[in-house]
Amino acid sequence: MTDVAHRAGSEGREAAVFDRIEAFRRRRPRLLDDVVTLAHGAGGKASAALLDAVFLPGFAGDKPATQTDAAVVVLPSGERLAFSTDSFVVKPLRFPGGSAGHLAVHGTINDLAMMGARPLALSAAFVLEEGFQIDSLREIVADMAEAAAAAGVPIVTGDTKVVDHGAADGMYISTSGIGVIPLGRELSAARVSDGDVIIASGTIGDHGTAVMLARGELALEADIVSDTAPLHELMECLLAAAPSTRWLRDATRGGVGTVCNELARDSDLTVVLEEAALPVRPAVAAACELLGIDPLYVANEGKFVAVVAPDESAAALSALNGHPQGEDAVQIGEIRTEPAGIVVLLTKFGGTRIVDMLVGDPLPRIC
Amino acid sequence: MRFVDEYRDPSAARALVAQITDSAGDDEFKFMEVCGGHTHTIYRHGIEHVLPPSVELVHGPGCPVCVIPMGRVDDAISLAKEPGVIFTSFGDMMRVPGSRGNLLKAKAEGADVRFVYSPLDALRIAIDHPERDVVFFAVGFETTAPSTALTLLQARARRVGNFSVFSNHVTIVPPIRAILESPDLRLDGFLGPGHVSTVIGQRPYRFVPDQYGKPLVTAGFEPLDILQAIAMLLVQIREGRRAVENQYSRVVREEGNPRALAILAEVFELRPYFEWRGLGFISQSALKLRREFESFDAEQRYRLPGLRVADPKACQCGEVLKGVIKPWECKVFGTACTPETPIGTCMVSSEGACAAYYNFGRMHREAAVTLGRRSVSSR
Repeated sequence: MTDVAHRAGSEGREAAVFDRIEAFRRRRPRLLDDVVTLAHGAGGKASAALLDAVFLPGFAGDKPATQTDAAVVVLPSGERLAFSTDSFVVKPLRFPGGSAGHLAVHGTINDLAMMGARPLALSAAFVLEEGFQIDSLREIVADMAEAAAAAGVPIVTGDTKVVDHGAADGMYISTSGIGVIPLGRELSAARVSDGDVIIASGTIGDHGTAVMLARGELALEADIVSDTAPLHELMECLLAAAPSTRWLRDATRGGVGTVCNELARDSDLTVVLEEAALPVRPAVAAACELLGIDPLYVANEGKFVAVVAPDESAAALSALNGHPQGEDAVQIGEIRTEPAGIVVLLTKFGGTRIVDMLVGDPLPRIC
Repeated sequence: MRFVDEYRDPSAARALVAQITDSAGDDEFKFMEVCGGHTHTIYRHGIEHVLPPSVELVHGPGCPVCVIPMGRVDDAISLAKEPGVIFTSFGDMMRVPGSRGNLLKAKAEGADVRFVYSPLDALRIAIDHPERDVVFFAVGFETTAPSTALTLLQARARRVGNFSVFSNHVTIVPPIRAILESPDLRLDGFLGPGHVSTVIGQRPYRFVPDQYGKPLVTAGFEPLDILQAIAMLLVQIREGRRAVENQYSRVVREEGNPRALAILAEVFELRPYFEWRGLGFISQSALKLRREFESFDAEQRYRLPGLRVADPKACQCGEVLKGVIKPWECKVFGTACTPETPIGTCMVSSEGACAAYYNFGRMHREAAVTLGRRSVSSR
């Protein structure tokens, strides 16, 4: 065999292997563990496996489940409600830029907003550990009240439980929320198509980096604050300027990399991201570089990724940039068709690579 | 980011790629990057698809996480499950599979496993918890071994009695020699490890050109470092020279770091042999604590199962590590063996050849080049 023929043959075999892997990847991950590990809560493949093997068979039965930030409940009148719930177990409870209280309010508002819903009301449930300081509880509750008032979404019902000392890590908060989806508003991966534009609503990786540094385990100090914020007003601002907006997702746990993977998977298209365009604060970039963590996988609590129609992208960006929460909004990529189901990053350096789903929590590398 | 962006400049990259393409001409070259950090850089920045098809990179054994055999991970898990022990480890060891599960699973089952960023953090935990026994899972080449040694010196000076180290430190030269001795070797040269060389210097690599006639260029970890080192390898080959050269001179000194080497020698001695995942037993390739540090040696303080667990049969990591096959040519790559359910060593850490290829590189060259050409910002 000549070298050229050998190379062509080898490329064919390589292509066959890729196809086999893609087919394999499309299968939902299987649950292999017999105990719950932290990876099951990290939002990656292990979380998906737990959902598939335990929760969906229990709750969804045979119905195909659409996995979005909130459920859509259709009322007899035909109006659509978005309904969402979330729990907050962040450690430390306080970090630069916010607290678990802010997260608990913003997180649920954002899950509703990403469905295009106008949030109406929230509930809040507390699991408190025996011995927890009432003053600390007061502070968290004040943060929640402040966040809810600022967002214009009241907390209207709640519950409190106390567990033995050692049975919880201080406190856990769980919030639920409902919102109304205005008539005709339809955000879904199925509406995404070739050439659509991908926008990030602001700098990425701020929240996760701020929390990591606030834990104080890293002997690293930097002026990084969490971006925790409600996104429903920014969402309205975007949809007013770009009514054909296809898809929205707040890039929380797992970061922009993970939500883009969900987008690629659910739309069966290629998400192409441009590294040079990714808005990352220099301090965040430096902290991530030192820790060997990719900012694409670091959590945000006040940023969304939007897919907009190409002819509305300029209007979308100028509207977002005109809003105080969207000053740093920028196009970070676009949608293509091949290779389907994959997120590709065009690196600053001029190369290309895949951005895959994370396996578990990002773990810092040894060297 | 200063001191980073200048080593990722696309126009400088294009010039180097043109030089490499020109220099390679119609011939084909296979170079091995020894260090896992290089493998990570190569995939993270998409260097493979930037290089001409005539230059192929083979990913070597220099991922310290990947080379720890299953039996040692079992020992680590057994240590973690000892009553009263706080077991400390670098983050990326947590998912490395032993014969039955990994440290994350041991943690989920109740073991007190914590990840740390340095052995000094582990010593700090020991000082803060005098009632507990703290064990540090020491892993890594000559890069991380000095910090373990320094920690042990501090532990001794401060008489910390509840701290010990489970040493799995390995040395870089023996596996390079093992690869060079392999009968199916098909390499034209090496990108020498950057971080290890800051400690050991350049002299230990001289046997590569002298005895085996292959060039070696020690390289840094930024994309331009890699390209420049490849260009330097090709220049040597075209000029008919075979030598050890240093591309990473902004960090690596010819003589290495004599102080770090002295600390290493004070604390550690060579083991007669050590098992490497995928490569088998290699003599004098790993470090154990000297007798003077016996009281800090977890292998002396605890009873370990110490059982050898054979690498899974389906796994072809040994061939991948030697450059005989590409990751995708392994029978189980990407199907039975994936980053979440790794069978072999190379799929374990993000620096492992197979994991890096799976996570970042799993794309047709043609698709990558097409997408790259239509980049968003260039329009």
